[in-house]
Amino acid sequence: MLRDIALPFPLRPARVHEVCGPVASSFAACLAASVPGAVLWLRESWHSDTLNPLGFLPVLDPTRVLLARPANQTDALAVAEEALKDGAVALVVLEITRPLDLREGRRLQLAAGTGGSIGLCLIPEGMGSNAAETRWRATPVFDPRREDSTLMRWEIIKNKMGTLGAWNVCWNAQAHRLDLVSPAGE
Amino acid sequence: MFAGTHRRIVSIWFPRLASDRVLRARPVEGPVALSQRIGASETIYCLNTSAERDGLHRGMRMADARSFCPSLISQPARPDQDARFLRLLRRWAERYCPWVGLEGADGLVLDITGAAHLFGGEAAMLADMQARLARAGVTAQLGLAASRGAAWAVAHFGGSEETLLSLPVAALRLPADTVVALQRLGLRKIGDLAASPRAPLARRFGQDLLTRLDQCLGHAPEPVTPEAEPPQFATRMTLPEPIGLQADVQAALERLLIPLCQKLATQEMGARRLCLTLRRVDQASQQVELRLAAPMREPARILPLFARGLEDVDAGFGIDQMRLEAVQVEKLAPPQSNALQNAAPGHAPPEQLADLITRIGTRIGLENVQRFLPAESHIPERAFLLAPAAFSAPQSGFTTPRPRPLRLFPPEPIAAQGTEPPRSFRWRGMRLSLGRATGPERIAPEWWIEDENWRRGLRDYWRVETREGRRLWMFYTPQDPGWFVQGEFA
Repeated sequence: MLRDIALPFPLRPARVHEVCGPVASSFAACLAASVPGAVLWLRESWHSDTLNPLGFLPVLDPTRVLLARPANQTDALAVAEEALKDGAVALVVLEITRPLDLREGRRLQLAAGTGGSIGLCLIPEGMGSNAAETRWRATPVFDPRREDSTLMRWEIIKNKMGTLGAWNVCWNAQAHRLDLVSPAGE
Repeated sequence: MFAGTHRRIVSIWFPRLASDRVLRARPVEGPVALSQRIGASETIYCLNTSAERDGLHRGMRMADARSFCPSLISQPARPDQDARFLRLLRRWAERYCPWVGLEGADGLVLDITGAAHLFGGEAAMLADMQARLARAGVTAQLGLAASRGAAWAVAHFGGSEETLLSLPVAALRLPADTVVALQRLGLRKIGDLAASPRAPLARRFGQDLLTRLDQCLGHAPEPVTPEAEPPQFATRMTLPEPIGLQADVQAALERLLIPLCQKLATQEMGARRLCLTLRRVDQASQQVELRLAAPMREPARILPLFARGLEDVDAGFGIDQMRLEAVQVEKLAPPQSNALQNAAPGHAPPEQLADLITRIGTRIGLENVQRFLPAESHIPERAFLLAPAAFSAPQSGFTTPRPRPLRLFPPEPIAAQGTEPPRSFRWRGMRLSLGRATGPERIAPEWWIEDENWRRGLRDYWRVETREGRRLWMFYTPQDPGWFVQGEFA
């Protein structure tokens, strides 16, 4: 019966959402593909791993991604607030390394409301903020039927204005859209 | 300009421009020479009179010069600095007349027609020039004549306008080989040349010789081109009463910005870096720098971008002087009228994005806002570049033969053996089992680049889908067996 609910994607604009799980970046990329214009991706400069633009290719044109590399989370939050308030970019992706308190989450929420852009925080498991509009968990699923599959399970684990749900989705690189897949064996 | 009037030209020659410049900055007694490296040997570029008295001359090798004169003080020549010094002298010379041009690399030419009486006549004017230059420590030889060529000849070879015809032919600004050829013909003086028939001279030496002769004798015109002042993108304001409120500083800044932006607009330039100097009553000064992500010249857009910098200013007892300078400017064509104002998020005009980058840049540094550019390499880490977004344009052209992971990390070793991906392995504390492996894709190191990470040689990359779901990018190094995880298709 969960499948009967329509996938609330793309996310509600002018709000800040959260996503956790191993394929949170893919979730962010799919969301970026569904909005026009540039996307600001904020990640602190000390991370040793890098985002690979070639990995974006099936989903998103990497030239649309602007990468900002603040030195710490305080700067990252300030930049995110500035960008959300401005509204020049339709999506601000923020990689979070420590939990946000209610004040910080609320400030981001207000900034998004002013500018009309979507904010998306990539959070480690269990570091969500109460101010978030929705919280998702994105996990990869092994697909025994198809090779080069991008099957993922997206669960909505917090929703302020709706019900929870879970969907199996798969990025369709040819049609350039998200396909809903019915779970196998159900 | 003065048609029919008798023109009067002054030529100033600085025979020791380079050494005079150095000695002005650091006066020393005794022989001084500037050296210049030509090919393998170091030769004298310029020297002072004391060194000349010791028997040194230009073009002499420094090794010889030092043996002639052990007390010689030498330093390398800086022709760029000399050119700057000459431009300064040119500006100074505008005190005599508005028409001042450069004459080669070591001279000035002034058209003083109609200006001499302001200084009490030509003789008084020349004496004034000579005295002021001597006081500044610059050796100068002056020549005054009715034409530019004659003035040059008098400045370089002495004499006066009346004795022009008795000066050597070298005074005609001719190439060295022409001078030698003329001397071989017995034409040693300008007078000899002027008296000989013109047609054979033109046939033998070309028209240039006759042009130079006519210019010297005043038969052919040769105007003085005054140099245009480079535009100065700076405005300043002195306040009758010191100010301290942020709103007041903003208002004053706006009044500085408007004329500055008008200046930029007339030159079709845009500011890239602005520097605001605030001078306080107690003589201390503070600077606020603003680096812009794109050249711009709209006061209304620049003003809010200064807001963050102005917050940190300590006004003390008040600010009474402000100076705004566009330190770095770039060409900026006049904008097209845009109808897309206040567009929806994502459809914002490019200026809005540039302003956002500027504001982010004032907080975290403009070079920390980056974009991806494609690069020509098969090595995964080098297949793209990160360039500051403010100083680069977006480039398309990302291609990849096979899917690449979204996240790359430094290779993490896993315990496994064999050339095929292991059936089960541990990675980051997780036990994973193999579901499907796609590969291998062999990537060879770029031998022309020394890379610590590729010491293990060839890599066979596999796309590994685990039963637990995680999709990893692993590689095996056949030349030095080992398995590593380098990325995740997150």
